[in-house]
Amino acid sequence: MIQLHQIEKVYRTDTVETQALNGINLAVAKGEFLSIMGPSGCGKSTLLNIMGLLDEPSGGQISIAGSDTRNLGDKQMAHFRNQRIGFIFQSYHLINDLRVLDNVELPLLYRKSAAKERRELAAEALGKVGLSNRMKHFPTQLSGGQKQRVAIARAIVGRPSIILADEPTGNLDSAMGNEVMDILLRLNKEDGTTIVMVTHDEQMARKTHRLVRLFDGAQVQ
Amino acid sequence: MLTNYFKIAIAVLKRRKFFTFISLFGISFSLTILMVLTSVSDHLVSSSYPDVNRDRNLYSLQLMLSAPARQGQNTGPYSYHFLQTYVAPMKTPEAVAISSFFSPSNTYVNNRKLVINIKYTNAGFWEVMQFNFLEGKAYSQAQIDAGERVAVITESTRDKYFGQGVTAVGKMLETDNQQYRVIGVVKSVPVTQLFAYGDMYMPWTLSRQEQENKGYNGTYLAVMMARNKTDIPAMKAEFDNIMKRVPMPYKDFTEMKAFTQSYLPTFTRLLLGRDETDGTAKLYTYMGIFLLFFLLLPTLNLVNLNLSRILERASEIGVRKAFGASSGTLVVQFIVENIILTLIGGLIGIVLSLIVIALINQAELFSHVYLTLNYTVLGISLVICILFGCISGVYPAWRMSRMQISKALKTV
Repeated sequence: MIQLHQIEKVYRTDTVETQALNGINLAVAKGEFLSIMGPSGCGKSTLLNIMGLLDEPSGGQISIAGSDTRNLGDKQMAHFRNQRIGFIFQSYHLINDLRVLDNVELPLLYRKSAAKERRELAAEALGKVGLSNRMKHFPTQLSGGQKQRVAIARAIVGRPSIILADEPTGNLDSAMGNEVMDILLRLNKEDGTTIVMVTHDEQMARKTHRLVRLFDGAQVQ
Repeated sequence: MLTNYFKIAIAVLKRRKFFTFISLFGISFSLTILMVLTSVSDHLVSSSYPDVNRDRNLYSLQLMLSAPARQGQNTGPYSYHFLQTYVAPMKTPEAVAISSFFSPSNTYVNNRKLVINIKYTNAGFWEVMQFNFLEGKAYSQAQIDAGERVAVITESTRDKYFGQGVTAVGKMLETDNQQYRVIGVVKSVPVTQLFAYGDMYMPWTLSRQEQENKGYNGTYLAVMMARNKTDIPAMKAEFDNIMKRVPMPYKDFTEMKAFTQSYLPTFTRLLLGRDETDGTAKLYTYMGIFLLFFLLLPTLNLVNLNLSRILERASEIGVRKAFGASSGTLVVQFIVENIILTLIGGLIGIVLSLIVIALINQAELFSHVYLTLNYTVLGISLVICILFGCISGVYPAWRMSRMQISKALKTV
C-alpha cells in the first residue's frame, strides 16, 4: 500500500544541517496496522508526515497505492490526500470555531458532495466513535478523549484507505487511550483500513501487526 | 462550503473583539464618508428637480474669445443678445432655456433684511426646467415682450416675505426699490442647481442692463433640450456649425470658442476646465487618487490584521490542507471570509450613512438640498465593499495558503 524507498530528510538552517531521516526503506501492506516507535527527535513524526504528503522528503521515493507521488502538483497532492489518507494528530487539531459535526465533515468539503450527504456521512462517522450525542457541541466543550474521537471521525468520514496517526493516545490517560486504540483496531479489522501509528507506548504498539523502530533517523528494527 | 466559510468568518470576528471593532470601524467609517460623498456627487450630477431632463439636455455657459496677437483672452458667460440671436433660433432643440446667473437683491420684511436671489429668464426656461407650481403659473412670451413687472417666486421666498403658507399670487413684492406682481409660486430649488437656482424668477426684459448689452459676453447661460436622447449629437453639431459662422465682435479677437456639452463636463469645465479640456478627466483622476488614498488606510489596516492572524490560524490552515484543501481553495476561502467581514462593515456603513444623510438633510447644510442614498449609491457602495474585501484579502490569503502543512501543524 505504501512504499518508501531511500527516504532522506535534511533540515537546513544558515549554520546547521540536521539529518532527520537517513535512507529509510519501508513497505506497508494493504490492511496492515503498523506502529513506529523510537525516542523523541528520532524522526518518527517526520516519517509519518512524509508518508502523508504533508512534508517533502529531501531524497527518495514514495509510492502510495501504486502511484509515484514525486511529480504531483499542489492541487493533485491535495486531491490525493483527500481521497486516500485520513490523519489523526496528538493534539487533535480540531477547529474550535466550528461545531463537532462541521469539524467532522471538513474533508468532504473538498469533494463534490451535497450538504445533506455530508451531514449524513459526518453523523455516521460520529456514530462509529460513539459521539452521536455531541454533534452540536464545540470542541472546547469536550474532554481530551472525546476530542480525539472527533478527530478519528474526521479521519474516517471520507472512507480513506490509509489512516496516519501521530501519537493518537499521547495526550490521553490510559483508559481513554485504550478506548481510542480500540476504535483504531476495530477500523483496521472491520473496514480493512491500513493504519500507520507513531507511538511512545510499547503496550499500544504491541497491539498492532508490526512494529518499526527508529533511532537517529534510521530504521533499527 | 460557503456556510462553513461564513461560520468561520463570524467566529474570527468574535474571537478578537477589539481588533474586530477597529477593523469594522475603519471599513464602515471610510464607507460612510464615501457613500455620503457619492450621494452628494450623485445629487450634483443626476437629473433632479427641476432640471429633470439632463439626459437630453446640452448646457452652455462659457464663451471664449481670444486675441493671440495681444495675448488676450476673454472667457465668461454669454450676453442675452448673443444667445437670443444665435442659439434660440436653433432647429434641433425642442426648447432653449436662457437665463442669467442669479444675482442678489435686498428687501426688508418687518425691518429684517431679506436677500432674494433674482434670476432673469426667457419663456423657454419654463419648458426646459420642470418646475412644480404651487400657485399660479409662469410668465408668457407676451408678458416678456411687454416687459410686464411680474415674477415667479419660490415657496421659501413666499414664506419669508408674505408669511408661512400665505397665498402670494396677485400680491406685490418689493425688492431693490422695485415693485413686482407675483404670478406664480414654485417649490424651492436647491442651491446646487447651477442652471435653475433662484429665489425669484423674472422676464429677462426687466433687466435694463442686459437690454442694452449688445456684446457677446454677459451673465447668461443656455440649456438646449432635445426632443429625445438620440437628437443630442445632431443638436451639438448644429450648435457647433452656428458658432463657426458667428462673426468676431472686435477685430482684435481672431478666435472664438463656445462649448456645449452634457451636464457633467459643463460642470467640471466651470471648476477645473481650461481651454479645450473640460476637466472631466482631471475630475476622475482626482477622484481616483482620493479614493485610492482613502481606501488604502483601512485596507492596509485589514491586511495587517489578517497577517497577524496567520499564526493564530496556522493549525486550521494545516488541517484544511491535510484533509484536501489546495492552496487555491484556501486563497478563495480567506478572500470570501474577508468579503464577508467587509460586507458586514459595509452594512454598518450603510446604516451610518443613512443617519449622517438624515442629519445633513435635517440641518439644511445646503438650502433645499435633500440627499438620498439611492440605488446607484448603494450599488457603488456594494462594489466598493467587495473591492475592499478582495484587495485587503489577497496578500494575507496568499501568505496563509503558502504555509507548509507540517510547520503549520506544529505551531500550536
